[in-house]
Amino acid sequence: MGHYTMKYRSAFDIIGPVMIGPSSSHTAGAARIGRVARTLFGKQPKKAIISLYGSFAKTYRGHGTDVAVVGGILDFDTDDERIPASLTIAEEAGMDVSFTIEDTVMDHPNTVKIRLFDEDKELELVGISIGGGTIEITELNTFKLKLSGENPAILVVHNDVFGIISSVSTVLANHEINIGHMEVSRKEKGQMALMVIEVDQKIQSDVMKEIEGLENVSQVIRMVE
Amino acid sequence: MFRNVAELVELAESKNVKIAEIMILQEMEFSGLSREQIIEKMDRNLTVMEQAVERGLKGVQSVTGLTGGDAVLLQNYIKSGKALAGNLLLDAVSKAVATNEVNAAMGMICATPTAGSAGVVPGTLFAVKEKLNPTRAEMIEFLFTSAAFGFVVANNASISGAAGGCQAEVGSASGMAAAAIVELAGGTPSQAAEAMAITLKNMLGLVCDPVAGLVEVPCVKRNAMGASNAITAADMALAGITSRIPCDEVIDAMYKIGLTMPVALRETAEGGLAATPTGRKLAKEIFGSYK
Repeated sequence: MGHYTMKYRSAFDIIGPVMIGPSSSHTAGAARIGRVARTLFGKQPKKAIISLYGSFAKTYRGHGTDVAVVGGILDFDTDDERIPASLTIAEEAGMDVSFTIEDTVMDHPNTVKIRLFDEDKELELVGISIGGGTIEITELNTFKLKLSGENPAILVVHNDVFGIISSVSTVLANHEINIGHMEVSRKEKGQMALMVIEVDQKIQSDVMKEIEGLENVSQVIRMVE
Repeated sequence: MFRNVAELVELAESKNVKIAEIMILQEMEFSGLSREQIIEKMDRNLTVMEQAVERGLKGVQSVTGLTGGDAVLLQNYIKSGKALAGNLLLDAVSKAVATNEVNAAMGMICATPTAGSAGVVPGTLFAVKEKLNPTRAEMIEFLFTSAAFGFVVANNASISGAAGGCQAEVGSASGMAAAAIVELAGGTPSQAAEAMAITLKNMLGLVCDPVAGLVEVPCVKRNAMGASNAITAADMALAGITSRIPCDEVIDAMYKIGLTMPVALRETAEGGLAATPTGRKLAKEIFGSYK
């Protein structure tokens, strides 16, 4: 079929996830997007601004999308029974949470933008929940991520210095991992930058650790398995 | 690797194995995990499903009070001996309802393929279990067979109510369950595909119109009918009835219907039952100023 895209890759995308109800896309998927934002931020933020679009904006209260996103930001998994109480837990933890309900029509009906802040850091991420708890991250720090979802992909957060791209690709080459597609972006010269790398083979955890151990690399995250 | 139902059936029949086996082999290749690890993972999902049904059959209530307790009513009715439909069918309906009542109460469930449609697959499995007495391994296979068919729908069409309406959620779940029932009952891979096609044909066009945006009304009862539809279609396929429209074309039709479905009927709580006077009144009672 012409529109075949392989967005779902595992039997457990279909039978799963195990989760706290009531909605896989609006609760579990939302929690997963929140948790990716938290992972990328690297710690619990002081402040979170969450913007909901489309079906998320219309039905978030009924589906618990709000508590799910915040649960994710608190690093809760989809089956964490603390999700329903996440707003209270966030407040007790001193995390300032606010929501904006947006009218803008986005490409996907289940879209959320998450902005996380603390004294020395901020992060902005846009995620979509495509059904059954499966998610895609479409934007990071205003940089559009073009992940096909068909190949394994990693995101490397690094300092914008010379030679870093070659160091990362050398690690992959040493492990005989072929790069299919790669994008590099930065907000300002010499500041934090991102690399999105799509490869042909599954990247094992030891390879991820090796890249993370490189000088000027602060984080390596698996985007697509 | 299979991309559609025709390839899935062809793979299973040429290797003379169950569809469940094809899914397990693909999962091993994709994940790099061993067969034992994958089976163990699915076993955990099965346990969550069992616990949800058990909890629902004891009676639960959602926070809003819109749903809960119907699984118990149905079990009591079956016990009264007055049921018109067969006990297996109603048992499946009751267990599907039980799961979705637990889901609506923000309890723990396993999405199959989504949370809103989480009742159909376990509901039918635990009802058919009473008659066919499968081993634990066969029950796990039932879930892999369901996964294989759901996998095709998810990749070729959609399993999201917001993208494709309820046909994509309960419709997909019913088709997955029908195919898995056929395989558990000893039917062929082709018959499983026929059951999926027959089921999905009867779910085409079903909209997603949740009252107040909650996964309660009509979601719980749609799972009830989804379970009923799956068992009937499985019996039809096992009787030798085939679908004039091949399964893959039915899935494609579902995808195209989803694309043309108005936004009001795709999980926005703006049309259908959500927009009825009672639907709006309930929404207002629950959320006050809820738009």
